[in-house]
Amino acid sequence: MPIITPAKAQLEYDVAIIGSGAGGGQMAYTLTLAGIKCVMLEAGRSYDPQTETPMFMTGSQAPLRGAGTPDKDFGFYDATIDGGWDVPGEPYTQASSKKEEQFWWWRARMMGGRTNHWGRISLRNGPYDFKPRSRDGLGFDWPVTYAEIDPYYTKVEMLIGVYGTNSGMENTPDSPEGVLLPAPKARLSELVSQKFGKKLGIPFMPIHRAVLTKPLDWLNIPKKLHPGNQWAQKIVADSMMRRAPCFWATDCGRGCSISANYQSTTVHLPPALATGNLDIIPNAHAREVLVNDEGKATGVLFIDKTTGKEERIKAKAVVIAASSGETVRILLNSKGGKGIANSSGLVGRYIMDTVGTKVTGHVPILENVPPHNEEGAGGSHTYAPWWGYKDQAAGKLDFARGYHIEMGGSRSMPIGNNPVPDDLVRGSYGKKFKQDMRRYYGSIVSYACRGEMIPNEKSYCELDPQVKDKWGIPSLRWHWGWSEHELNQAAHARRTFTDLIESMGGTVRHDKTEAARDYIEPGGKIIHEVGGAIMGADAKTSVCNGWNQTWDVKNLLICDGSPFASNADKNPTLTIMALAWRAADHLIEQAKQGNL
Amino acid sequence: MTSPSDFTPLFSRRQVIQMFAAVSASFGITPQANAATVGVADTFAKGYGTDPTLTKLYKPGDVWPLTLNAEQLRTVTALCDLILPADDLGPAASAVGVPQFMDEWISAPYPLQQEDNPVLLEGIAWLNTEASKRFSKSFAELDAPQQATIADDICHITMAKPEFREAAQFFERFRSRAAAGYYSTQEGWKAIGFVGNITSATFDGPPAEVLKLLDVEQTVK
Ligand SMILES: Cc1cc2nc3c(=O)[nH]c(=O)nc-3n(C[C@H](O)[C@H](O)[C@H](O)COP(=O)(O)OP(=O)(O)OC[C@H]3O[C@@H](n4cnc5c(N)ncnc54)[C@H](O)[C@@H]3O)c2cc1C
Ligand code: SF4
Repeated sequence: MPIITPAKAQLEYDVAIIGSGAGGGQMAYTLTLAGIKCVMLEAGRSYDPQTETPMFMTGSQAPLRGAGTPDKDFGFYDATIDGGWDVPGEPYTQASSKKEEQFWWWRARMMGGRTNHWGRISLRNGPYDFKPRSRDGLGFDWPVTYAEIDPYYTKVEMLIGVYGTNSGMENTPDSPEGVLLPAPKARLSELVSQKFGKKLGIPFMPIHRAVLTKPLDWLNIPKKLHPGNQWAQKIVADSMMRRAPCFWATDCGRGCSISANYQSTTVHLPPALATGNLDIIPNAHAREVLVNDEGKATGVLFIDKTTGKEERIKAKAVVIAASSGETVRILLNSKGGKGIANSSGLVGRYIMDTVGTKVTGHVPILENVPPHNEEGAGGSHTYAPWWGYKDQAAGKLDFARGYHIEMGGSRSMPIGNNPVPDDLVRGSYGKKFKQDMRRYYGSIVSYACRGEMIPNEKSYCELDPQVKDKWGIPSLRWHWGWSEHELNQAAHARRTFTDLIESMGGTVRHDKTEAARDYIEPGGKIIHEVGGAIMGADAKTSVCNGWNQTWDVKNLLICDGSPFASNADKNPTLTIMALAWRAADHLIEQAKQGNL
Repeated sequence: MTSPSDFTPLFSRRQVIQMFAAVSASFGITPQANAATVGVADTFAKGYGTDPTLTKLYKPGDVWPLTLNAEQLRTVTALCDLILPADDLGPAASAVGVPQFMDEWISAPYPLQQEDNPVLLEGIAWLNTEASKRFSKSFAELDAPQQATIADDICHITMAKPEFREAAQFFERFRSRAAAGYYSTQEGWKAIGFVGNITSATFDGPPAEVLKLLDVEQTVK
């Protein structure tokens, strides 16, 4: 596997890719299978899910029984290494001291980025989601339509493997027949939510997640993904064959050593490396995209973190997929800090996250349920897509756009934390306490709002005039603000989830006097950071065109969430991959025509 | 597109399941009691960092030193077992390393644990003072009914009399941490009714009796 040091790098590559997550991984996959020579720069260390994933490890085998700490924010066994809310030596700043104006910036620093531990929820944007401004006058339209992206959604779903069912619901697209893998059976709390949700008009149904509920059809899928390219088909078939289906145990957030779920490191990078067309340089922190006098990208200036020295790599085209904040930072730091691709002045503008708020409830009918295995596919099985389009059209709602509901039941593996809230046991101890714990375990449900944020002028990032990281690279400074749309949406979600829990005879576990500003999650907290280099129809009002290409630097592509012109309630990653695949196809086409 | 039934992945599901069954069976450790009897930490050690090895077995004391002295550990053990005794649901807390986990927790270099540290240490000291006031013995030396007379005064945070409020806060915190320690073990899983961490060829969802109990039907066919 050509994972190399800078000294081993070739003199020049066709394409340099910054970042190895969902966007970078998809670019490397598509380009190398088309015969294009790529180098990938990844700021984090190399990572091998097969040997490093703590699949069946238990809390009692970990420090602090596996509880989360600032070193491992999401628990000891979470797949994240070296990344998190804080990255030592790499500070970022907030322009305001007010909490509601701050952005939580979660950063990955490892091969495969956030895809090693992400939730694997893989939803398509719908037709409305690409033309939101045309529908309600807010935010921006994308320069692409659903019909243009649809075939790429299908390709990505076939490649990574996504379970779920077609819902037929408004603006919640179906996949072509046979593309989705079978949905796993619903868990108890999910069925109960579905039953009571129905009475309130909330449609709980199977979610879509990138987990193999059966082996991928490696005989046929590669032919569909790479028609006419038998060499690519063989490589992809080999790689698909190596992925085992889910064995219905272990938390996907730890990663998957049998490659049953999607991680860039198990799905995108292995076939890309197998082509022989990819060199990966880990510990390579990109600082600037190099541009020549004609304004074309010529390569990347990066820090070799193993030596602390600056290195350069030459390429005919450059792809950035370092996650919105970091992508913005690289663009603004390029040309010695003058910035590139920014004639519009919009680099860093319109950063979006997802509207998040969560309601937890204690539901007595779920007490004392006979023990049974609910691990399933290591994450969510059930969700409710946004069901309010009709009410919205009828003017009944005080916010634009929608949210979907992600839910949690609680028969999951106890690890690191008390699995039952302290107050429920009413002061018991001894035998009584142990009986109480058994009684209440599994009786807690939670519903999370995942809603659309409309891009606004208050939410952006820029270079901090003073603060630099440990290599002397200027850091980012964040600005944030919600509009009434997001706050009203969070309030609607809170009311809805409260009604749902109370309809089950349950009690919500929050203070009902709080205002939306108190319970909306802070910006960035949902870690669906997109925007910052939005795509649009013209160079004055956007940074990228509809092919993820920057208007100003034609051979520079941005293939993470930065080009998103809106942030639908649908989690962003499937769309990042679909757009990246399409952008790669376009780049290949241009290369063929000698346009690079 | 329907999948052919005649293709086999590189590892069959059965092979993979066997591979992992073997691995998980070999990981059955119980943390050993640590003999160190250092005083209360005033400076804290370093944590495990942002890139610890995840596939190795750790026990309390492996990453940072434990700091409870023998007397404190005795008190912690007594309280752990009072809260989580051996019964038909499973072994006592001390049989599955919960006191050592509490020591590890109290000694840990992270903010949450450092915030807990004074609350727990002062509470432990209070228990002994109270035991000595009432029975002229240390808490660990009391028999169960004697321990219960103290515990009954402090076990319920909202019902505790004003003079026991602070001790009640300690008790709740301690019980919560001890529960985290206990229920994160395989014995704890059994006690609470968690079933899992074991491979399976299919996922069948809740069994029929459970569906019936809640009057729901499996909707995913
Ligand atoms: C806990 C959690 C759960 C999530 N769940 C979901 C979900 O269920 N569904 C969903 O759609 N999304 C989810 N997400 C978001 C999802 O992980 C991201 O959308 C996705 O990983 C984005 O891919 P990316 O390639 O843009 O960025 P990343 O995956 O973050 O990859 C970026 C890579 O770039 C590298 N990098 C950064 N800076 C530099 C630099 N200067 N030089 C070189 N390399 C650099 C990083 O090390 C990283 O490897 C979740 C995220 C988290 C944290
Ligand atoms: S639940 Fe399935 S997909 Fe997730 S980590 Fe476990 S085996 Fe892999």
